[in-house]
Amino acid sequence: MLSTAGYIAYLFLQKNYLQQTGFYLISAGFLCHTAWIGYGFVQSGHFPVDNLHQTLSIAGWTIAGVFLLFHYGFHLKILGIFAAPLVTLIMVIASRLPSAPHKADSILNSIWLVAHVITIFMGEASFALACGVGFLYLVQEHTIKSKNHGFFFKRLPSLELLDTTGYACIVAGFTMLTLGLVTGFIYAKSVWGRFWSWDPKEVWSGITWLLYAALLHQRLTVGWRGRRAAIMAIIGFAVILFTFFGVNFLLQGHHGGFTKL
Amino acid sequence: MLEIVLLGLNHKTAPVALRECLAFSPGETSVVLRAFQELPVISEAVLVSTCNRVEILMATEDKAHAVRTAKRFLSEFKKLPASEFEKSLYIYKGDDAVRHMFRVASSLDSMVVGEPQILGQIKEAYKLATLKKTSGVILNKLFHRTFFVAKRVRNETGIGDHAVSISYAAIELGRKIFGAFEEKKVLLIGAGEMAELAVEHLIRNKAGDILVANRTFENGVKLAKRFKGEAIRFEEIADSLPRVDIVISSTGSPDYVVTREQVKAIIRRRRNRPIFFIDIAVPRDIDPEINRLTNSYVYDIDDLKGVIDESIENRKKEAIKGERIVDEAVIGFRQWYDNLDVVPTIVALRNKMDGIAKAEIKKTLNSLKHLSDDDRQAITRMTSAMINKILHDPTLLLKSNGYHQNKSGYLDITRKLFKLDE
Repeated sequence: MLSTAGYIAYLFLQKNYLQQTGFYLISAGFLCHTAWIGYGFVQSGHFPVDNLHQTLSIAGWTIAGVFLLFHYGFHLKILGIFAAPLVTLIMVIASRLPSAPHKADSILNSIWLVAHVITIFMGEASFALACGVGFLYLVQEHTIKSKNHGFFFKRLPSLELLDTTGYACIVAGFTMLTLGLVTGFIYAKSVWGRFWSWDPKEVWSGITWLLYAALLHQRLTVGWRGRRAAIMAIIGFAVILFTFFGVNFLLQGHHGGFTKL
Repeated sequence: MLEIVLLGLNHKTAPVALRECLAFSPGETSVVLRAFQELPVISEAVLVSTCNRVEILMATEDKAHAVRTAKRFLSEFKKLPASEFEKSLYIYKGDDAVRHMFRVASSLDSMVVGEPQILGQIKEAYKLATLKKTSGVILNKLFHRTFFVAKRVRNETGIGDHAVSISYAAIELGRKIFGAFEEKKVLLIGAGEMAELAVEHLIRNKAGDILVANRTFENGVKLAKRFKGEAIRFEEIADSLPRVDIVISSTGSPDYVVTREQVKAIIRRRRNRPIFFIDIAVPRDIDPEINRLTNSYVYDIDDLKGVIDESIENRKKEAIKGERIVDEAVIGFRQWYDNLDVVPTIVALRNKMDGIAKAEIKKTLNSLKHLSDDDRQAITRMTSAMINKILHDPTLLLKSNGYHQNKSGYLDITRKLFKLDE
């Protein structure tokens, strides 16, 4: 699985000749990964998010999955050069971490938790792609504005396509994030008896949610698109990364177990 | 054996004044072809005449004689002393003529490398020659190969990929901003050939409404009618900006027609939808500062020329690949041509017969085990004698010199009848 991921990155970087191969490889990798996660699920009896290794592995898996979905919907091949290395990077980090599972915690066994984890991860994967698209948008915009058509001009798609894709990514991500938060609330209610416990992770997730909500709101009302939307997508993803790692490492809270080393 | 000779002149060897004098209209071309038909020294002929070149292709037994005849004919037909154009003429023979033809049709020899019209013009010229029956086995093959090579060069290299005209370059840029032009509204300010061409490109790409603003309202109305658009007054330009996506400007105005303030004011009203200004005017009509506003893009004529220079560079790179394809094709043609010679054809024919006989004898003798060695030899001798007798008359015909005009035709048919080219 990991070697496939490595190949994918390699192939995608030269994607002009090998985009097709890269796409098939990432699809194959995704399927293997699915099987592997399914195996872990069956073996441990619960969703494999015990430690940072497994969490990251799931993150890589969802990004690949969401990428495949968007590729299918928008035919935006170029996104692979962002998605594939990202997946590879995550998988490489995951492989460097100890993979011994911690003792299974009974509170982890709930359908709401599984739903919570899956939706949150899908949302975050969409945002990751939105960030990638936003980045590509900025590059392409810069080439057009500076009138210096170099390497990227021919290879990147039109600004409008990048913008609509980024928007679609954010809408999808926002929907998933909302669902994830809701399932999280329900799960929290069932375990701790309250919806909201001012856990730092919860607070930061709330901030992320508000940020994207603001972005979508601005787009719908005053038409925030193009450059500003792209920058916001990148900032949004930075906040997500902080919520994902920073909060767990720097602050304490009941989400800590997922990133235990 | 017929050989290919080409004489001609093009934009590199002859000034436009001379090219004008020597250009042939389709009517004139027919006359020339018919006249060539009368001349025994020229067995086959095709004449290609465009505004950038005249090429006369001939298949002949006597190259020097044919060239002299063609020159004299040109001079008489165009009433121009040969000394006037002789220096501009190039003469290619054999492989060089074939290569030249392939290069011309693939647009590797054009003034603007990669321009697509030349292939159509050559097809027309060839069609005329086949109608007049002046093209025979050799030139037919050459032209079919030529079309094939030209298509290959176009498909396998990026020689035609990059925009090399101002209006087309502008459209390609727009494509990078908008993706597609459907429903995109266009505002044309002023008039001018390049600007109008760009609008036509856009209409062909299914652009939305066309607005036309002109200082003289009547002219604007006329132009709008042509594009099935709507004419607006010059003073209304600023008001129309919120609803258009592409602005093409080409006026004689000494000042900016669209200013930064005007565009800045409408960005919010456009809900940040991108707007693309194409400024073809000198002095410029569109404030270049607009390019620094978000979601607004300005390209002036120099920027577009920069794009074109890049494209030409790219095409030149692609042309190298094209040359390689041409070289390959020349070798292929040479093989076909060499096989048209009498001796290889007769040898190939014999070999084919001998091969068949050998195989059949082997099969038959295998089932006739009771025969003595003498009997076997007798059968083998008989088959050889049969082959000799059968091939006697065809060989004589192919070798004879009485069929000058059509020898290559006979050879070609022989090769096809017996499938000797496999």
